[in-house]
Amino acid sequence: MTRSVPTTPESVRQQAAESAARRRKQARSATIRWRRRTLLGLYLVFVLLPIYWLLNISFQTNSEILGSFSFWPQSFTLGNYVGIFTDANWYMGYVNSLAYVLMNMLISISVALPAAYAFSRFTFIGDKHLFFWLLTNLMAPPAVFLLPYFQLYYSVGLFDTHIAVALAHCLFNIPLAVWILEGFMSSVPKEVDETAYIDGYSFPRFFVTIFLPMIRSGIGVTLFFLFMFSWVELLLSRTLTATNAQPIASIMTRTSTASGIDWGTLAAAGVLTIVPGIVVVYFVRNHIAKGFALGRT
Amino acid sequence: MNKVHDNRAWFLILPMLLLVAFSAIIPLMTVVNYSVQDVFDANTRFFTGTEWFEAILNDRSLQAALLRQFAFSFTILAIEVPLGIGIALLMPKRGWQASAVLILITLPLLIPWNVVGSIWQLFTRGDIGLMGVGIRELGYPYNITRNASDAWATIVLMDVWHWTPLIALLCYSGLRAIPDAYYQAARIDRATKWAVFRYIQLPKLTNVLVIGVLLRFMHSFMIYAEPFVLTGGGPGSSTTFLSQSLTTMAIAQQDLGPSAAFSLIYFLIILLVCWIFYTAIMNSQKDHTAQGGA
Repeated sequence: MTRSVPTTPESVRQQAAESAARRRKQARSATIRWRRRTLLGLYLVFVLLPIYWLLNISFQTNSEILGSFSFWPQSFTLGNYVGIFTDANWYMGYVNSLAYVLMNMLISISVALPAAYAFSRFTFIGDKHLFFWLLTNLMAPPAVFLLPYFQLYYSVGLFDTHIAVALAHCLFNIPLAVWILEGFMSSVPKEVDETAYIDGYSFPRFFVTIFLPMIRSGIGVTLFFLFMFSWVELLLSRTLTATNAQPIASIMTRTSTASGIDWGTLAAAGVLTIVPGIVVVYFVRNHIAKGFALGRT
Repeated sequence: MNKVHDNRAWFLILPMLLLVAFSAIIPLMTVVNYSVQDVFDANTRFFTGTEWFEAILNDRSLQAALLRQFAFSFTILAIEVPLGIGIALLMPKRGWQASAVLILITLPLLIPWNVVGSIWQLFTRGDIGLMGVGIRELGYPYNITRNASDAWATIVLMDVWHWTPLIALLCYSGLRAIPDAYYQAARIDRATKWAVFRYIQLPKLTNVLVIGVLLRFMHSFMIYAEPFVLTGGGPGSSTTFLSQSLTTMAIAQQDLGPSAAFSLIYFLIILLVCWIFYTAIMNSQKDHTAQGGA
């Protein structure tokens, strides 16, 4: 861009005013940027402080934890973690939890995908009622349903198996998956389906090779939610298991004994429950940023 | 979108329906069955009609727990929804910073609920906890096992810490889905930041907010493990919420009839509130689109 050389006093004054305005604007946007960073930083500190405290305590011995207050471990120890990784009772808890969470993700996503497709593309007898009924399953208070659950799974011989917990978690995970996926699918124009049929694609081939890749960010986000809600659920998984499939959250209650709570082990086990989640978030982070709400806008 | 009417779509629904029904309908029928009977053992039971329902509705301590529950749920919604939207607006949009912030703020969501209670117990203890010691250093005699308002405030704070990320996450991805053309149009019109938020961002967030608000309401209404671990419902009954009364009744006292009636009433309350939320938000949105189209 070429600049016109100022010739008259008016234009000189005008240019000076313009550049001053530009400088003010830049200064203001820099201030705003810093204010935004500070606010977000404060929130992150709030999120991380309790987690830092958990980490801090997991590296201390019980006598140090209860003895004095300190910002960081005075005599750093990995003993709590070693205890967990060398005791099969402990580490099998993580294996059990991961086993039923993965089963649940697989079952939920594979039945939710066709169902969400039906809700997003067709009207049929009872569709609206069915959709609302699905949502009501997210509202069932677990406490009293525990006993019927126990009886049901015991009578069909599934008690204390991974699949029992995986099936029970379908109660809230499938409706959630259908809800989220339906939104993503509705954002894909119907013309895509029609073009594929004209080109001679069969329904299954269209669904797998064309449609699913189009909503893969939605599937990523859905898998994150499925993982999250199944991983953190406690009441059902504890009721439906005894020893073979006991989840980690339930094993952690063992740290509380007659002689007091084993805070060090509890903290270390707590830190380890966050790790699988971080792995899952790492893999779906770009999908989350890409647009959860595509269809719901 | 114009949908095609086709009843064969039922075949696509069927596998899901069977799975959810297995986990939903049989236990629900059992609960309905219990709620109208007095159960002694597997073979001895008497039909009682609506007796349990009357007893539950007239129970003063349960009425108090219900009020406490509503106060709690609306408090945390009033804090978490605006805060979550604010955080989503502040989050970086791309690059490694976006990934890092995303991973950091989702951390609280990934911790099992009873562990969340344990973390906060460690964090708020007056002798060894960072927050507990910190507040006492400032001169306030903070004590969640003695002081009811401290316990209440701590549980609200814990819930805000635990669940604001869910709202922020939903809003963040909702914001990412707004096409740039909208913002360019706003710039040409010299719209203020507030106008951009009010007329572009907020309407576009409505649908994710419906999911967020409904999920938060349902979960906060069923909150159990966190306050149970943190305060055990005390001091007194200041932090005893509905599901804790229910669990005590069902598991500890084994009162099957009354607790079944209780859970059905509980379920209907959640259903009713969610339905009101849902229709209210959907209707306001319909009005909005009608205005926009005119």
